[in-house]
Amino acid sequence: MLQEIGVKSAEELFADIPEKIRFRGKLNLPSSSSEYEVRRHIEELLSRNKTSNELLSFLGAGCWPHFVPAVCDEINSRSEFLTAYAGDVYTDLGRFQSFFEFQSMIGELVAMDVASLSWYDWGTVAADAVRMALMITGRREVLVPRTISPERLSILQTYCEGQGDVKLIDYVTETGQLNLEDLRAKISSKTAAVYMENPTYLGFIETAGDEISQMTHKNGALFIVGVEPLSLGILTPPGDYGADIVCGEGQPLGMHMSYGGATLGFLACKDEKPLVSAVPHRLVTLTKTQREGEWGFAYVMPERTMFAARDKAKSFTGTGTALWAITAAVYMSLLGPQGMQELAQTIIEKSHYAIQRISKINGLKVPMFNSSHFEEFTVNFDATGKSVQEINKNLLDSGIIGGKDISREFPELGNAALFCVTEVHTKADIDRLVDSLKEAVQ
Amino acid sequence: MTVEKMTGYHAVSWREPIIYQLGGAGRRGFRVPPVEEEIKASVGDVLSRLPEKMRRRNPPNFPELSEPEVVRHFIRLSQETYGVDSGIHIHGTCTMKYSPKMNDAIARSPKLGDTHPLQDAETVQGTLAIMYQLQKWLCELSGMDEFSLQPRGGAHAVFTNARIIRAYHKLKGQSEQRNEIITTVLSHPCNGGSPAAAGFKVITLYPDEETGYPDIEALKAAVSKRTAGLMMTDPYDTGVFDRNIEEYIKIIHEAGGLVAIDQANANSILARLRIGDVGADLCHFNLHKSFSTPHASTGPGSAAIGVKQELTKFLPVPIVQFDGKKYYLDYDRPDTIGKVGEFYGVVPNMLRAYAWILSMGAEGLREASEVAVINNNYLIKKLLEVRGVTLPWYKAHPFRLQEARFSLQKMKEETGVGVEDVNHRIVDYGLQDMETSHEPWIIPEPLTPEPPETVTKEDLDGIAQVMDDISREAYSDPELVKTAPHNAVISKIDKSPASDPTKWAMTWRAYIKKNRSERQ
Repeated sequence: MLQEIGVKSAEELFADIPEKIRFRGKLNLPSSSSEYEVRRHIEELLSRNKTSNELLSFLGAGCWPHFVPAVCDEINSRSEFLTAYAGDVYTDLGRFQSFFEFQSMIGELVAMDVASLSWYDWGTVAADAVRMALMITGRREVLVPRTISPERLSILQTYCEGQGDVKLIDYVTETGQLNLEDLRAKISSKTAAVYMENPTYLGFIETAGDEISQMTHKNGALFIVGVEPLSLGILTPPGDYGADIVCGEGQPLGMHMSYGGATLGFLACKDEKPLVSAVPHRLVTLTKTQREGEWGFAYVMPERTMFAARDKAKSFTGTGTALWAITAAVYMSLLGPQGMQELAQTIIEKSHYAIQRISKINGLKVPMFNSSHFEEFTVNFDATGKSVQEINKNLLDSGIIGGKDISREFPELGNAALFCVTEVHTKADIDRLVDSLKEAVQ
Repeated sequence: MTVEKMTGYHAVSWREPIIYQLGGAGRRGFRVPPVEEEIKASVGDVLSRLPEKMRRRNPPNFPELSEPEVVRHFIRLSQETYGVDSGIHIHGTCTMKYSPKMNDAIARSPKLGDTHPLQDAETVQGTLAIMYQLQKWLCELSGMDEFSLQPRGGAHAVFTNARIIRAYHKLKGQSEQRNEIITTVLSHPCNGGSPAAAGFKVITLYPDEETGYPDIEALKAAVSKRTAGLMMTDPYDTGVFDRNIEEYIKIIHEAGGLVAIDQANANSILARLRIGDVGADLCHFNLHKSFSTPHASTGPGSAAIGVKQELTKFLPVPIVQFDGKKYYLDYDRPDTIGKVGEFYGVVPNMLRAYAWILSMGAEGLREASEVAVINNNYLIKKLLEVRGVTLPWYKAHPFRLQEARFSLQKMKEETGVGVEDVNHRIVDYGLQDMETSHEPWIIPEPLTPEPPETVTKEDLDGIAQVMDDISREAYSDPELVKTAPHNAVISKIDKSPASDPTKWAMTWRAYIKKNRSERQ
């Protein structure tokens, strides 16, 4: 090949890189290894991990333990989906169709007519939704509930830095619900968006979505709601209480937890041109072809994105989380409408059983808010005189991973943890947690 | 179909219905784990205790299918998708290298899959060890001092770097004054889009006619007290390496700015050039390009950013650290820009990249880049023999690095057949289509193939043959090419819904609504 090219050595082909800046040293990297060696080495490393099969885990807080049907892994392991990328609809029709079906089911789930392909995670999509509102309204203020996930709040602030001012709205101490009086006091003609989460990070259900929506719209701002998708099997979708944009985390829809590395943020919005134009990521529309009976697909207004408009787009996109969107489409298709409803019911019944049992343990207050909860709830340990850290250490000794310590995130809640119970927890699992908690608090 | 349209290939075409057109009422593909009777008895009717207005009236309108129906549907859709494993797939700017299957097997390990990001570090030492080592290896490959694995893709990484540049100037009390980022038009579009999203004004430099990159004087003219930094790609997607890079860095540093180099596509420089050594302050690699993690139908990817010592305090939290005994997540960074994504990044891809580097070793990485560059230059030689194909800046850069951006302008002028047509016809021959160019098209009728190290000489000869055949078709029967594709999964699509709010339908429910009202 070198002969054909007309050079004596491959080095000549690198002529573009100036001699003086080329790296001539020896890299401090290992030498090459065989497949067997690499696999054995990595498996040895991974054996140091303890999984939720080995330890009984009650962690949620943005990444939730749910059962993944085998079909999900089967389809996302298909090498065509796994190794495709940027081909057009003529080579990659199946990829486009899967995206459209994902969008369609997300649209149904949240009751919105437009949904986009997914990108990184709930937090980044929420931040991009807020940036859409900043651009559309030309205003700077963003109001978010104090109960927002601290992780997502940090992303929101990083994204808005220098362009938007994120302000926190208090919650009602007794119920956790967003304080409508405080919202009324802070909302104004400067407000670009009001963002709320449902269920909230602290696990309870916000019930005043419709009132928040009215107040937001009266002030000419956009109403953005972030959701956990499985809860929508039984909860009113945000489209029905006035949301302009809905976002959320799709990991529960068939993705393994993967140490938080298999997230996908989804976005849906009203079918209005200003909103659609501002969506930073890919939107696939259904279309027809020249032949009768064929479906085709196309990207909507590609000229609006960074790919065409570069810096004029004031947004960025690119590689998102398409394989997880396909997986989520598979998951939602498997469950169907009844399955989604039943699963949500299963989850809420199990979590309520856990709440019921834990609340009987002396010294524990659970849940801390007098509101309805879905799969997560707060537990306060103040009366036990022990820190969450100590409790969790004790639980770990008996093979249980306790709830997330939120004492530093929400100091006003005291020594508190956020527990998560889902369909993967049996009665025996929950009873075991209760027994271990009893021991731990003594 | 006429004989001349035949190429010996036809794509799989199932005419698969939209999933909403399949199945039947009451069917389902998954049985929900039951709730124990004791639990039911204990909690009673939880749903009825939910506030009335928060209770969903009807379950979501999902399709109703059995498990075999779901599987068949998505298997068919996968068959109508063309991946790297399907055939010749050399879409430029994307580094479509083969992803070793072992790496996928590792990434799917339940030892990763069933771990939660908030577990005690003690219980995830294996994953943390891998992340830590990967950070170190990427430092070694880039000449940077610290890496963050948090960004999810190239554009996200460039955004993160733009945020760090802003934080750096802000700490000096200069973020208001220094609000301009300089970039070059042949850089990846995110080098304009991401800093703009981060609130910067973006100044774009254009390439010199002779060299293919901007003149030093153009950069000097753009630099001022408002310069926050330079964010550009090098090497470019033209396969040209911007030889002024060292000089640019000097100029920007003298002006008080920072330099971030986009090395999403590092396939030609691995183990040959460390941009940190050249003086850049920030850079990023795409694990889904240069480090072999699969492109996953457009993600999840994973992009890692590297910075020099002075900037490590701004990195997003957490970074994985090692205290000599244990690996841990370090959140102690008071000047951090905060978080740019939830948790720690795309961990499965970190495992894949770790496995890949370990398999290749230092010498293997160098060899991979050499093979990729040989492949590219061999393809250049072959394609320049095809009528109507030229390579802009050939005189200044007869040899290219990882890829090359050709022009079919001559073919267009002589036959009316342009690059879009050729790209449609390529599909008829059983190849994946090729990258044209990011916008704006600096090169007219651009075509950007990028053969990575994992294609063979026979593949390259095959591609050259297809291009030669298509060129002959263009010169003898242009209509054949203009009406392509003929052997693809579908015929030409109607693009009008893409820009017409009355017609577009991003969901089935919107499609039904819009078409119902049309009939009325």
